[in-house]
Amino acid sequence: MIRSDQALRRRLRARRGAGLAFAVVCLAAAGVSIGALSILLLDVTLDGAGRLSWDFVNSFPSRKPEDAGIKAALWGTIWMMVLTAAFAVPIGLGAAIYLEEYAPRNWFTRVIQVNIANLAGVPSIVYGLLGLALFVRAMDLNRSVLAGSLTMALLVLPIIIIAAQEALRAVPGSIRDAAYALGASRSQMVFYQVVPVAMPGMMTGIILALSRAIGETAPLIMIGALLFVPFTPSDPLDRFTVLPIQIFNWASRPQAGFQENAAAGILVLLVVLLTMDSVAIVLRNRFQRTHKG
Amino acid sequence: MDRVNSMSGASRIKPRGALGTKRRDWREPAVHGVLLLCALVSILTTFAIVATLLEETIAFFEEVSLAEFFGGTTWTPNFTPASYGVLPLLAGTMLIAGLAALFALPIGLITAVFLSEYAPAWLRSILKPLLEVLAGIPTVVLGFFALTFVSPEIVRPLFGTSQIFSALSASIVVGIMVIPLVSSLSEDALTAVPRALRDGAYALGATRFEVARRVVVPAALSGIVASFLLAVSRAVGETMIVALAAGGTPNLTYDPLEAVQTMTAYIVQVSLGDTAQGSIEFRTIFAVGMTLFLMTLVMNVISQYLLSKFREVYE
Amino acid sequence: MIRENLARVVESRDLVTPSEPQTQVDRQNREDVAEPFVEAIDLSVFYGAFQALKNVHLQVPSTEITAIIGPSGCGKSTLIRCFNRMNDSIPGFRAEGQVLFRGRDIYARGIDVVDVRRRIGMVFQKPNPFPKSIYENVAFGPRINGYEGRLQEIVERALRQAALWDEVKDKLKQSALALSGGQQQRLCIARALAIEPDLILMDEPCSALDPVATLKIEDLMRELARDYTIIIVTHNMQQAARVSDSTAVMMMSESRAGELIEFAPTKEVFTNPRNKQTEDYITGRFG
Repeated sequence: MIRSDQALRRRLRARRGAGLAFAVVCLAAAGVSIGALSILLLDVTLDGAGRLSWDFVNSFPSRKPEDAGIKAALWGTIWMMVLTAAFAVPIGLGAAIYLEEYAPRNWFTRVIQVNIANLAGVPSIVYGLLGLALFVRAMDLNRSVLAGSLTMALLVLPIIIIAAQEALRAVPGSIRDAAYALGASRSQMVFYQVVPVAMPGMMTGIILALSRAIGETAPLIMIGALLFVPFTPSDPLDRFTVLPIQIFNWASRPQAGFQENAAAGILVLLVVLLTMDSVAIVLRNRFQRTHKG
Repeated sequence: MDRVNSMSGASRIKPRGALGTKRRDWREPAVHGVLLLCALVSILTTFAIVATLLEETIAFFEEVSLAEFFGGTTWTPNFTPASYGVLPLLAGTMLIAGLAALFALPIGLITAVFLSEYAPAWLRSILKPLLEVLAGIPTVVLGFFALTFVSPEIVRPLFGTSQIFSALSASIVVGIMVIPLVSSLSEDALTAVPRALRDGAYALGATRFEVARRVVVPAALSGIVASFLLAVSRAVGETMIVALAAGGTPNLTYDPLEAVQTMTAYIVQVSLGDTAQGSIEFRTIFAVGMTLFLMTLVMNVISQYLLSKFREVYE
Repeated sequence: MIRENLARVVESRDLVTPSEPQTQVDRQNREDVAEPFVEAIDLSVFYGAFQALKNVHLQVPSTEITAIIGPSGCGKSTLIRCFNRMNDSIPGFRAEGQVLFRGRDIYARGIDVVDVRRRIGMVFQKPNPFPKSIYENVAFGPRINGYEGRLQEIVERALRQAALWDEVKDKLKQSALALSGGQQQRLCIARALAIEPDLILMDEPCSALDPVATLKIEDLMRELARDYTIIIVTHNMQQAARVSDSTAVMMMSESRAGELIEFAPTKEVFTNPRNKQTEDYITGRFG
């Protein structure tokens, strides 16, 4: 039996009230993220901005916090990023192209896909253990920037593959049909027509992967990237350090001077990441424009 | 507009012979082969991880019994006599992951509901990139934040402790790290629920909150649970935040205000030290690593399974 | 009533365009006809366990337009895609019987499918230009097939043949996607013409276009038929009556496999069909 009008109106008000309360809770939840991010950036900037200077960027670490700089770490990061890209990008894109365009739809292909999804979820420190055992010890690469880059390449490979596959999947099938009908072989179709269209998405995935690689600390600690490195690498087999490790080193020391250094190092790291993401966005827009004509 | 006779006209397609049989062209199979090798790298990676962990773990368990490892309550590999009970590390990991989950899962889910059911387009276009930025912050930066802000400004004043390191300050920041993950995956699940279901409920006079609570969230439940599992798995595998802010001594406790050491932090600690290769102490990092790997693997596999079930229904 | 209208369409067409001697030939007796250009012999197509085409015999004469008509689902697209082996990529596809192209069975073992496709042009239902410039679209075929001389000349010739040159000659570097639907389809035709095909297949080329664009393309087809052999699939009977020289009628049998029930000069199919099902279909009793 439908309740009386008055009872209905009371219930409606209660229901609306619950809805309103929930909306407030929603805003609070969103606020937590926004608040956390803002406070974090503010905190780091306040602590570190004072320490930022050209000297800071251009000096090597030292026992005295005022003299210490991130030159070694910055160059180490750049070296590592380039080498990681050199390995991870061709292999990652190749694997994605294979899985989307060449692989038959059978159980073996499914196994590869599931495996990649699982690798994406493996904790980064496990990759560190792998790198330690495989590259540093078994392959005798020692604690070199090459060993570190190979480890990071394995770490970010699933990210590149998944993003590139998505980009390839978004290419309409009509393009493939048209190319086949003109007498193109599969590789002609894939590399001349499909991949160019998927390129913006692929590049976004690559930049995402490299951003992740730059920010990772644990695997490189396992490899043996050093905490105190007073030089920049001059060849792939040199020892090295990277920005996150330098930051970690300074942050672990109690002296206030080192805390400032850590904050300043963080700012440099964030600037590098911001630059990379902006480059990604610009490149993606450029590509989309040339394709739309 | 005649079709130009192939004989006249200077430019034309290369002349073709009779319809031929397959030439032994090496190009196509070569390309196919190279790409296949690239895809196989991923399989090799998994094998390498498993083989590496297995080899050292087996060597470890030749000296230490499983019972001691999983049953012992003290972890002191570098003392003499050494003690190899992993429970303190395990407890530290679970305590932090659990607290982080308590903090992040509801907030992440509510954020997702807000984004998918309530937020107007302009708000979404601000909030989503913000969450992506938060997700992209390196964990060492978050660890610094935990150490220099959360611990002295939030945890210590609030609870009156004087300890720099605590499970709570690390958990809060681990939670913050994981919120974007929960939020984006849950939102994907919620938006995959077809409009028709919502429309049907609205047409019956339901409020927005009721539609969200009683229709959309239940429909997206397996996708949401999958996102929860992935988040917990991520929290379990987290290293830098706990290494900086949680503490450096194994401690079997459920008090969040105490300092604890997680499995991941222990592995880092050993790497930073001077442990000899081949020694039992060195092997401990692989045994602990294996435990960590298996834990996250199980959670990831279940999560993937739930996601595929979810996609079957809605996509 | 419908049949009378169709008959009128066919007759009026003959009045306007000078009919070539070939169309006068009585096609009832197939033995009289010169060797067919492309021919399906006892062709059956299966997708896994499902049979899509059953025992199709079709001899397509050269330098003419042959239309394939029939209700939805009767296998018209499947049949036309057999001629350039575009069905190969569909999982579960299996063909029995033969498709002779210039006397050789293209489904024989060892035949290079890429080689087959290089000699046959195809235009699809929805215009599908590559997301590149107009020039690059037309140039792609000659590039991968190999050409002699200057690519610019080949591109211009193809665009002229497709009646598109005047409209795009000043904007060859612009994106093909900026063209209208009808222009895009003519671009796809130019793209196919650029590889100098022996045979052109068109799978419902006008169904996504407005009537004005459709008429332009039908005119273009009749121009092209002077030099090329064209097979067109269409669900529009009036179009088949307007454009084609011969018409093949397909129907779905009880087993849901498609069958060819009649093949004759267009005039006869629409004025005096031999098969009762054809008559029912063209008079609109079903389909």
